[in-house]
Amino acid sequence: MKTALRFALGTALTLLGLLAVTFFIGRVVPIDPALAVAGDRATEAQLAAVRESLGMNRPLVVQFGRYLRDVAHGDLGQSILTANPVSEDIARVFPATLELATAGIAIGVVLGVPLGVWAALRRGRAVDQAVRVTGLLGYSMPIFWLGMMALVLFYVRLGWVAGPGRIDLAYYYAVPRVTGLLVVDGLLAGNFAAVRSALAHLALPAVLLGYFSLAYVSRMTRSFMLAELKKEYVTAARGRGVSEARVVWRHALRNAAVPLVTVVALSYAGLLEGSVLTETVFSWPGLGQYITNALQNADMNAVLGGTLVVGSVFIVFNLIADLLYRVLDPRVR
Amino acid sequence: MNQAVIEQSLRGKRWRQFRGNRLAMCGAVVLALLVLVALAAPWLAPFDPHLGDLQHTRLLSPSAAHWAGTDEQGRDILSRLLFGARITLYIVGLVAVIAAPVGLVVGTIAGFAGGWVDTILMRVTDLFLAFPRLILALALAAALGPGIGNAVIAIALTAWPPYARLARAETLLYAKADFVRATRALGASPMRILLHHLMPAALPSLIVRVALDMAGIILTAAGLGFLGLGAQPPAPEWGAMIAGGRAFVLDQWWVAAAPGAAIFVVSMAFNLLGDGLRDVLDPKSAD
Repeated sequence: MKTALRFALGTALTLLGLLAVTFFIGRVVPIDPALAVAGDRATEAQLAAVRESLGMNRPLVVQFGRYLRDVAHGDLGQSILTANPVSEDIARVFPATLELATAGIAIGVVLGVPLGVWAALRRGRAVDQAVRVTGLLGYSMPIFWLGMMALVLFYVRLGWVAGPGRIDLAYYYAVPRVTGLLVVDGLLAGNFAAVRSALAHLALPAVLLGYFSLAYVSRMTRSFMLAELKKEYVTAARGRGVSEARVVWRHALRNAAVPLVTVVALSYAGLLEGSVLTETVFSWPGLGQYITNALQNADMNAVLGGTLVVGSVFIVFNLIADLLYRVLDPRVR
Repeated sequence: MNQAVIEQSLRGKRWRQFRGNRLAMCGAVVLALLVLVALAAPWLAPFDPHLGDLQHTRLLSPSAAHWAGTDEQGRDILSRLLFGARITLYIVGLVAVIAAPVGLVVGTIAGFAGGWVDTILMRVTDLFLAFPRLILALALAAALGPGIGNAVIAIALTAWPPYARLARAETLLYAKADFVRATRALGASPMRILLHHLMPAALPSLIVRVALDMAGIILTAAGLGFLGLGAQPPAPEWGAMIAGGRAFVLDQWWVAAAPGAAIFVVSMAFNLLGDGLRDVLDPKSAD
């Protein structure tokens, strides 16, 4: 109970800190918000009136309080670019990002965990070196550049995948929006041609994000497995004549899975962030592209709203990782 | 054997071990070349990095005259890459010079002072650690306005927290060591202990950590440049050059490929060097 309280308090404090940071960033913007509302032909008196109505001449603490109240009511302000409330915009684009990041993490885990286990078993041999090099390349390449080059190769030259965007134009309005995840919505509607089109568009950016999460997941799996395989219970199990496959996959991996959950959760959150650059390259209409467009048009409400959402997701994922760790490992309880 | 001799032989052993790590040496050599290229760019570059011939040399593919081809303004890409090395080094160096000392000061003070000072400083540090770094840097850079100086500030503001954590851990380790107790017994002021003993003691592991982070800093800076928030045209910043080449990537792919390859080589070199340094200085984590 006490730990639960501490967790809740810690998370609340972190969220409050995030809000303070976005509020502060909104304050230091060199663009005068009053000027943006009133226009540059406004008289001094008009400007003062606008400042008054925006609450800009109140003390900072009061302004921060108002900001907190607005955010708590789901009000992130209005986007200059789309003229919609930022919260509505984000609700519209978020599923696209979720779809992409989920596909990416699925690829990263499904391939990364077995690769990491394999590398740990063949330590210092070819597989191990290959995993190490894969990781090194992943840590050293700019994701947006790799995305562009992959697009040129696999879409333009080879024609293996569909191009930028989420789905072919022909299917654009063919699938009614239920979850916002095009693949799921397509399946629900029974429109398999649309599903195929969506998957063809999803493949390349998902593989790209998947590669970056694979680099991290396989490296961590390898080191967790190495630590487990050294332990006495593994030696004991082998001594009892338990088959090697069972020792590795049932005994060692099960224990290595506990810290791995944290790694996967953090990697998932990292993909949500990594999508900012990836989405820009693939014209993927998600949160990342929304933030980028807003950045390039000095639409600060949208930028800060997007930052707030990504930051909150990040913090929540951290919390989930922590909690899962406690559930899975009875020793920490 | 006295202490100095032991230390010297340990240093010699580490240096031999480091030299024996071929990959790490490769990284070091590439980075040394990068520094040389940055210094000698005006003499090495075959063409002006800012001026192109729009009539005759627009979007040429790589050739004997233009090794890496030319861009949409007819500028020689190789020359721009060479000058871009300066910008990359400038950003990386400046971020390290800002973020590492901030982390060092926050961490050592927290570890040395303990109590509520420690609690507050570490709460703030954890707060920043919990944020997504790239997004925060983007928002900061957007708020401060585009430009290379602001990009540096934005990256540095998101880079210091791990250094503070590390410096605190080191300080906790050394604050109880005999040499610190002895100094205190001799009547040294807390300020003196902090500045002359604890901070220098925390420095080596901090330097390794900074070296390991360099690749990430380069990639973040390139990302900011790509999104138009870093160095402004016509500066030959590598990330911005990739963004410039994006419009022509389908037909003239080399315009975007070349600067990306440069970023890749340099951040790879930093990764190799960092790994090598870590293996030598912290053998436990070599697994």
